[in-house]
Amino acid sequence: MIELRGVHKRLGDRQILAGLDLLVPEGLNYVLMGRSGTGKSVTLKHVIGILRPDAGTVIVDDQSVPDLTQRQLAALRRRMGYLFQNGALINWLTVFENVALPLRERRSLPRDEVESRVMEVLGLVGMDHAAAQYPSSISGGMKLRTGLARALVTEPRYVLYDEPNAGLDPIMSEQIHRLIAEVRDRLGVTGLVVTHSRACAFDTGDRIGVLDEGRILAEGTIEEMQESDHEIVRAFLSGGAD
Amino acid sequence: MKYYHHHSKPGTEARSGAVRDSLLAPIRETGAGLRSAAVSAGFGVGLLGRALLLVHRLPRRLRFALDAAFAAGVKALPVSAVVAFFAGMILALQTGIELRRYGQSDLIGSIVALSMCREMGPFMTAVILAATVGSAIAAELGTMTVSEETTALDVMSIDVTDFLVLPRIAALTLACPLVAVFADLIGIVGGAAVATAHLGITQQSYWIAVRESLLDSTHLLPKDVYVGLIKAIVFGCTIATVSCAAGLRAKGGALGVGRAVQSAVMGSIILIIVLGYVITWLFYFLLDG
Repeated sequence: MIELRGVHKRLGDRQILAGLDLLVPEGLNYVLMGRSGTGKSVTLKHVIGILRPDAGTVIVDDQSVPDLTQRQLAALRRRMGYLFQNGALINWLTVFENVALPLRERRSLPRDEVESRVMEVLGLVGMDHAAAQYPSSISGGMKLRTGLARALVTEPRYVLYDEPNAGLDPIMSEQIHRLIAEVRDRLGVTGLVVTHSRACAFDTGDRIGVLDEGRILAEGTIEEMQESDHEIVRAFLSGGAD
Repeated sequence: MKYYHHHSKPGTEARSGAVRDSLLAPIRETGAGLRSAAVSAGFGVGLLGRALLLVHRLPRRLRFALDAAFAAGVKALPVSAVVAFFAGMILALQTGIELRRYGQSDLIGSIVALSMCREMGPFMTAVILAATVGSAIAAELGTMTVSEETTALDVMSIDVTDFLVLPRIAALTLACPLVAVFADLIGIVGGAAVATAHLGITQQSYWIAVRESLLDSTHLLPKDVYVGLIKAIVFGCTIATVSCAAGLRAKGGALGVGRAVQSAVMGSIILIIVLGYVITWLFYFLLDG
């Protein structure tokens, strides 16, 4: 379970998070929505320990993330996957090598097991045919799918998705949304999805929270949120998929 | 008209404030520049220290480091060859004209060989590597930083210094002395071309002078050669560290990457000159007693 309690964060002269409380239940996809610059990605970076809160705390699996040592943080990150907006693939490595990277660096598996594990997750995201290609020669959607494969290759308990459909066409977006839902259903992975896309929230989310002025404005299931009469919540969620 | 709480008319104080601000602006900017330079230097030194602590992991990165060293050498060789050849020719011509007036033309071979090996070979190679390979490293790491690839490495618990910095430092530390030796030789050959074509020196006497100046019967490597090699090693390490540090500190998209490249090349060249002086002073004054 992921929990943020009263998290405050200031970056430069801007207060990004102002007492954020958030609970991501086990085995579900929690979608965090909000306008650009409201601190959605900053929230993810607190969960994975890249940023430390000015006040408040972040709890993952009963551990306080800001208080972890580097070694404990590394162990926690092994249980987490992170899908970046553009996939954040290493350009000089092939699709296969990118996905194999976390396994190879940890040196926890023999070479043939690494190979079979990588091909398995590449198959799951439909990228096994492009294993030998370099990131510069594949499309944005393929980069995201490769990024997702890299996030899944270590068999994480949690995956954090940062704007998983940013810059994608509706068809490719839908494919990515289906994959995110499949990761939850088939692998039982808990997801925290950051997006401002209504379609993404509808396709992937079990619970939705709307972030505004550094804290959760409203939270609930898709149905509950659609019935909300709050102006900002309605702007994000009413009217069907975008 | 009455004024309250002010001894001067409105506007006068604001004007004097503006004047004061404009006078203080250069000092403030210089202070900010110095602070930023100190922070960058601290980051670079920290990065090098961390890379040195991780040197035991180099065998894992050896393949990448050797590929990078080869690529750096290949990139720098053609430019180094042209620059070194002409530098040797200019050196021979400039000194040859003066030496001929004093009837000492036979010394041209010695002067060219010593100048190339002690200073010019390593210096020119380092400047060329800073401009070609250092700038490419800063651009590559800068792009990775602004596109969150280095954050992705952090998230995967992959040490950025181990994965990105260490092999690049090893690569340039290896490539720079190799290219410098090549530049030394090409420069001496350039000197020979001018000496025989314009200064009336025979090939034989030129090369005898070169050999006598560089051979040292008491040491395996003559001092002028090994000090030049030490310089090249230090320069290579410096260029890689400065360029990696500049790339990893890049922020703000394409503009930030551009600034990182500029800062990598400028920082490298300034440090090459300063360290070149320090090493010369160390070996030819301090250690020579």
